[in-house]
Amino acid sequence: MTENENTSNDPIIICEDVHKWFDDFHVLKGITTTFKKGEKAVICGPSGSGKSTFIRTINRLEEHQRGTIIVDGIELTNDLRNINLIRQEVGMVFQQFNLFPHLSNLKNITLGPIRVRKLSKRKAEEEALALLERMGIADQAYKYPSEISGGQQQRVAIARALAMEPKIMLFDEPTSALDPEMISEVLDVMRELAHSGMTMLVVTHEMGFAREVADRVMFFDEGVVVEEAVPADFFDNPQHERTKLFISQTLQH
Amino acid sequence: MEEQADIQQIKPPTNAKGPVGWLRENLFNTWYNALLTCVALLFLYFTFKGILTWAFTEAEWNVIPANLQLFAIGPYPRDQVFRIWICLYILTGLLGLSAGIWRGIVQRWTIVVGSIFLVFLVIPFEIVPRQDSNYVSIEFRFNLIWLIFESRRWLLGNIAILIVTFFLGNRISRLRPWILGGWILSFPIIMFVLHGFGENAVHTSLWGGLMLTLILAVVGIAVSFPLGVFLALCRQSKLPAIKWVSIFYIETVRGVPLITILFMGNTLITIFIPYFTIDQVLKMMVAITLFSAAYMAENVRGGLQSIPRGQHEAAQAVGLNYVQSMLFVVLPQALRAVIPAIVGQFIALFKDTSLVSIIGLIDLLGVAKSILAEWLGRHVEVYLFIALIYFIFCFAMSKVSQEIEAELGVGKR
Ligand SMILES: Nc1ncnc2c1ncn2[C@@H]1O[C@H](COP(=O)(O)OP(=O)(O)O)[C@@H](O)[C@H]1O
Ligand SMILES: [Mg+2]
Repeated sequence: MTENENTSNDPIIICEDVHKWFDDFHVLKGITTTFKKGEKAVICGPSGSGKSTFIRTINRLEEHQRGTIIVDGIELTNDLRNINLIRQEVGMVFQQFNLFPHLSNLKNITLGPIRVRKLSKRKAEEEALALLERMGIADQAYKYPSEISGGQQQRVAIARALAMEPKIMLFDEPTSALDPEMISEVLDVMRELAHSGMTMLVVTHEMGFAREVADRVMFFDEGVVVEEAVPADFFDNPQHERTKLFISQTLQH
Repeated sequence: MEEQADIQQIKPPTNAKGPVGWLRENLFNTWYNALLTCVALLFLYFTFKGILTWAFTEAEWNVIPANLQLFAIGPYPRDQVFRIWICLYILTGLLGLSAGIWRGIVQRWTIVVGSIFLVFLVIPFEIVPRQDSNYVSIEFRFNLIWLIFESRRWLLGNIAILIVTFFLGNRISRLRPWILGGWILSFPIIMFVLHGFGENAVHTSLWGGLMLTLILAVVGIAVSFPLGVFLALCRQSKLPAIKWVSIFYIETVRGVPLITILFMGNTLITIFIPYFTIDQVLKMMVAITLFSAAYMAENVRGGLQSIPRGQHEAAQAVGLNYVQSMLFVVLPQALRAVIPAIVGQFIALFKDTSLVSIIGLIDLLGVAKSILAEWLGRHVEVYLFIALIYFIFCFAMSKVSQEIEAELGVGKR
């Protein structure tokens, strides 16, 4: 099975001329793009270019101030009902994991299903254990986040997001806070997730992962999408000077 | 292999030096420390000698046992005391159930309370050894003995209830969701039972002693805590009206001494609303609660601010709404972070209830004052005694808070 077979032609996220300011600072300067169901997009670009801000507008952790964003047919407005619907459809994984330190790993995962999806405690725990199994850390269920390694914490965070059965997963530099030897264990579960057909937007500088998994690589700089292409073209034949510079700098490491 | 074994066997260097070594190292390590130690020892010797001599020769402690009942319940009518026992039974029953269901802290402290009951069962707390007891009539003595047995009967029943409910709670864990409701409901029920109705109603002006102090403190703590959390959340609200009202409230109350608020509650309300009278104890409850809530709000705000933004975002990303993310993610962490400050506030409130004696209520301090009007010259004994009672309760609160902190420390990062 290749990634392309998973990708249909139905758009699931439509962004049109999305602008965002922090006070006077123009962070997103008109992003127009469409993500298809099952598509894996990797977003890269220099620090401060607005990558995090962009994916955070998609589950409305940030509000955009101009343009439209439509996620799975629901337009993002200030309507609280819409926001809650969107947040159930869109899972998010953070750079700093953001696990709840006062809850065991299992309870981190079951909190959303029990309170939002209104599952019974038993059903939610069953599902959570299955997810932990899938992440390869079933034996860590009853520990607390502070008692496991960074790589394991990030996999618990992925399980927590998946437990809401989202249609889309957002990853904001999921491996940037990890020690090098733990990066691959997280990338492995993301790869597995990609193969299962999930729609994924991944901000990352892991170029190997991008080459292997992405349908499209988007390059952000100063709040605009400077260049986007399939990985092969993007890495081997970049068009813009800034892209070339960025790729050469990133691949040097 | 052998080398490895050697390495593992090396133990950390011990620094045990025995008591003499400890003394030399900590108290006599330099000539001026030795001098300080000697001066301090002399000081301690003379103070303690003075205090102990006074306590065992001059002090006349009989003022305490003679008035134990007054200290406990103030002028509450003696023929209605059974109401207080009923209330105690309700509380004991709830405590027993809670201890049976939850282990750990609740169980440990229930054992402490149970032992206190047992101690009271044994010590002769109603004996009235007044010096002029030769004149006490036979009838009075008979009554007294009967009384002794009466309170002991009640106490025995209380211990029985504790044991029975403990085992009930232990067996029937289905009761768990009802317990909290039970505790909350017990407040109004107890108020009702204490007050009663009809001919035998006991007006709150007759409530007093340690009982009144505890009622004021418990109501103040139990209501000001949620109110304070609510105010703290309002203070962080994005809606300016809510935010500014709560800031105004918090800052105003914190800028005024409690005694002023108590006076205002007592007199101003009567001046403003002269048409009907509000119960004085109720007024004091409200005043204490509103005062404490403002401080509580600031403590809780400190906790809320210590929670990183990522926690709010993660809660939102999972789909929790505002109330849920506060209830399940933010508040549990925020409150845990400020347990010491919150308990400090509870302890302050407990001691501050003594200010109601200035308004004319007969709480523990008020009882002490009224006893002193009769037992001239026993100030030191009486005040030492009520200081001891205040200390026991405050120390217990402080201890409980430490234990809760230790227990919640699990998994904290
Ligand atoms: N909450 C905020 N308030 C003000 N400025 C912000 C905020 N979040 C991000 N920024 C600014 O917006 C810019 C883009 O941030 P971000 O999207 O995090 O960039 P990236 O993820 O590409 O490194 C940065 O200059 C950052 O300082
Ligand atoms: Mg970022």
